[in-house]
Amino acid sequence: MPVKSGVFTRRALMIMAVQAGILGTLAYRLYDLQVIKGGELKKLAQRNRTSKRLIAPSRGTMYDRCGVLVAGNFPNWRALLMPEETTDIAAVIERFSAIVPLDDRDRARIERDRRHLRRYVPLTLKEFLSWDDMARIGLNAPTLPGVLVDVGSTRDYPLKELTAHIVGYVAPPNEADAQKDSIFSLPGMRIGRAGLEQTQEDRLRGQPGSVEMEVNALGRVIGEIERVDGLPGNKLGLTIDTELQSQVLSRVGDRIASAVVMDCRNGEVMAMVSTPSFDPSLFDSGVSHAQWNAWMSDSRTPLVDKAVSGLYPPGSTFKPAVAMAALTSKAVSPGERFSCPGYYDLGGVRFHCWNRYGHGSINMHQALKYSCDVYFYQVARRCGIEAIQKSGNLFGLGTKLDIELPHTRAGSIPTPAERRKHGFHWNGGDTVNAGIGQGLVQVTPLALATYASRLASGRMISPHLIRSINDQTLPQSTFNVAEEMPFARSDLDVVRGGMFAVVNEPQGTAPAARLSIPGVQMAGKTGSAQVRRVPRALRESGHFNSMNLPWEYRPHALFICYAPYDNPRYSVAVIVEHGNAGATEAAPLAARIMTDTLLRDPASRTPLSRNTVASADMTMSQQGGMEDKIP
Amino acid sequence: MNNDTVVPKVARRLLRTEPNFRMFSRLWRVNWFFVLLICVLAGIGYVALYSAGGGKPVPFAEPQLIRFGFGLIIMIVVALLSPRVLRLMSVPIYIIAILMLGLVLKIGHVGKGAERWINLGFFQFQPSEFAKIALVLMLATWFHRVGREKMGNPLRLIIPALLTLLPVVLVLKEPNLGTATIVGMIGASLFFAAGMRWWQIVILVAPVPFLGNVIYSHLHDYQKARIDTFLHPEHDPLGAGYNIIQSKIALGSGGMWGEGYLHGSQGQLNFLPEKQTDFIFTMIGEEWGYAGGVVVIGILTLIVISGMLMSLRCRNRFGRLVGLGISVDFFLYCVVNLSMVMGVIPVGGVPLPLISYGGSAMLTMMFGFGLLLSTWVYRDEVDSGGDG
Repeated sequence: MPVKSGVFTRRALMIMAVQAGILGTLAYRLYDLQVIKGGELKKLAQRNRTSKRLIAPSRGTMYDRCGVLVAGNFPNWRALLMPEETTDIAAVIERFSAIVPLDDRDRARIERDRRHLRRYVPLTLKEFLSWDDMARIGLNAPTLPGVLVDVGSTRDYPLKELTAHIVGYVAPPNEADAQKDSIFSLPGMRIGRAGLEQTQEDRLRGQPGSVEMEVNALGRVIGEIERVDGLPGNKLGLTIDTELQSQVLSRVGDRIASAVVMDCRNGEVMAMVSTPSFDPSLFDSGVSHAQWNAWMSDSRTPLVDKAVSGLYPPGSTFKPAVAMAALTSKAVSPGERFSCPGYYDLGGVRFHCWNRYGHGSINMHQALKYSCDVYFYQVARRCGIEAIQKSGNLFGLGTKLDIELPHTRAGSIPTPAERRKHGFHWNGGDTVNAGIGQGLVQVTPLALATYASRLASGRMISPHLIRSINDQTLPQSTFNVAEEMPFARSDLDVVRGGMFAVVNEPQGTAPAARLSIPGVQMAGKTGSAQVRRVPRALRESGHFNSMNLPWEYRPHALFICYAPYDNPRYSVAVIVEHGNAGATEAAPLAARIMTDTLLRDPASRTPLSRNTVASADMTMSQQGGMEDKIP
Repeated sequence: MNNDTVVPKVARRLLRTEPNFRMFSRLWRVNWFFVLLICVLAGIGYVALYSAGGGKPVPFAEPQLIRFGFGLIIMIVVALLSPRVLRLMSVPIYIIAILMLGLVLKIGHVGKGAERWINLGFFQFQPSEFAKIALVLMLATWFHRVGREKMGNPLRLIIPALLTLLPVVLVLKEPNLGTATIVGMIGASLFFAAGMRWWQIVILVAPVPFLGNVIYSHLHDYQKARIDTFLHPEHDPLGAGYNIIQSKIALGSGGMWGEGYLHGSQGQLNFLPEKQTDFIFTMIGEEWGYAGGVVVIGILTLIVISGMLMSLRCRNRFGRLVGLGISVDFFLYCVVNLSMVMGVIPVGGVPLPLISYGGSAMLTMMFGFGLLLSTWVYRDEVDSGGDG
């Protein structure tokens, strides 16, 4: 007889009810997860599945006008760490540093990268690995999970110091850059920090490619979903002629100086030298503290491009601009004579001529030729500072020039109104001083070269450094298309004649600048810009000689010129810091530079004989591909 | 009969060759529908493991199928053992289980911060799995002897309570909180079904919240971490909370109809941790969608309910309790695993029976199903009035 099973049945049924309830709840929970919240979770799943990596574009290269490589890329072997493929990043870095030593700077950079890089962006441990380093990493690979060696590219400046100021340099991007654009978090990316590298950053950088990959939970790539190729940066052709640049540099020698050679027909800067220079390659991996401090404490400011950032009083080189102001404002006629007794008194202050015996009664042509100060004191008084400023600005002096370089300075030709705005007084003496390019007038060497080009061509020549982009020559390199200057041609010719006389006539201030090339003549203007007022007692003693001054108080030597006089092609501006006198220091230097420039001009060369041409063609075709490099 | 000593009688019974027709009639009495359900579940397991192995029968699906074959044989053999034999076996099985639990504490193989495995060389064995079956048998035997009427006497409950607590404590010490809880709940369900009085239940259940606190304070750090990450998985998405988040993401990406067999991105790309063992259900959910998941839950429910119905149909107290205990064991396995992958309870190493890859869980479960089937084969044997 069966035992009464009522209690068991009841309780078993209760348990079954609970079980059915729980299983039902779980089924609902599954519905909730899969169907109700499914879409949202599916998005997360997509993110789990794919990983997008950026591919660093190759930075645009730069060539000079003859096709010589100025800035290129060369392979940089580097050790990367894939954060996804290792569990303990710190330990791997420690083990790595035991194999390839990491200095404090490396560690600081790694630490910074670790903080802001996303997990799929590889961490750069060390760049510029040597062959030995790579071998050691390879040997120790099992203890370095996630570490891989790959080749990136680094910036190469084969000409080093020669073009440093123009080309500039690149450096690893800092944290702020990386936050601005994610492309900078890619290993090996560089950002332009000076010169063309900085201003042309957008053109040179290129477009990063990207590759979307299917990855597993460990970050290992399973397959590639989509690849978008990047675009390399633009190839820039520069107006610089590096061979000429090197000649100019050797002419300048160890002077602290700046020289600019410009094509005065289209504003192409063919050479631009600022000494001393520096090696831009040093920046690529980050400059050491010692090197940086050495540059910073050097009073010769090697990192500053004096050609665009150095401000100097133009001294007598300013006189043609003053003359143009006077002629244009009709304040003075070319033939009008002013008397120079060697000094000029204004309101109890005596302004001296450089020639203390005076130049007598002279007209404008003579005033330019002798560089008479007293003539220009009076002319400046007559036409007024506003006219001088207007004329100077038209010549590119005291205005910002639109050249493709950073930190270009405008210089200044201040007027009383502007000075008063800043709380200064204006004395009559300020106008007088401005007449000879002293006092408050300040210009850059590049502005002087532009000024010379505009005087020579009568056009609003604008200096530029880029000739072509991706082998497409830019319109700005076309000859004689710049707008005509608002000056009367006859007025310009008077001033040009004066500048011709400076070099070529007897008693001109710069006979040393005469060219030795037959049939080619040059027009120019000297300048000796005082950096300190000469004490009256010293001047009156009659024994004043600026050569006796300490070097840093000697006047700067300046010279501007253009040639050939009858058909101007090139203009040159030279400033030798504390060179004492434009006539003796700057003018001969400028003449040599001009000679070099003219001799490099293909038109000045003797035509090649038929045979040489034929053999040259042979060589070219045999070498195959050489033509590509010559723009 | 009365003067016969127990052991020789058992030996004689075990050795006695029975006529073949009785053997066949017993085989006929096996609940083949239930066996079919189990085979369907194992089939789903094969299909899922095939996918977890990256669309290949090795390393998971094929070994598991072979184990299932062994399991089927064990199940049928056990199904033919009579309740008497089973009752006689219950004490030695229980003692062996306790000894093994003790042994695993001494020499157990350390896996994930907890000692759970005994390495038998050819095969790693999880004694806690076996302990659950042993406890079911032991308690069923005990309550069979006590009888429902005497359950009112609290003194009669002390020994089964100790019998339950001993494996619970040993499993806790491993430490394996999840399995210890399951063992405890199996014991509790048997007490309940055996006819424990309501007032006794109230006295026992009342202090549970207090005990919960005490237990939490004695939990191992990794167990506390599991509870914490369960409550706030987003705090450490790539660390301990990873499993829960990835599991939910995978289930969600399955949607209604799934991403298609062998095309589940999360599982196939290894975003799913332990996809062949504890998280196999997630993989099914991702590839077959809610439709597939709910079918699996349906089959699990059918097995639980059939087990419970078989135990209800059984006319002897021992069989009823064994059937109920095994069904509850299976049910708890399923619920803990499903809740875990759906992020309802903290993660603990509990597999989904017959689907998850793993030998010892599969074989002990099949042994358990054998016991369940045996209660069905002998369903019409009635308790003799005087027994217990």
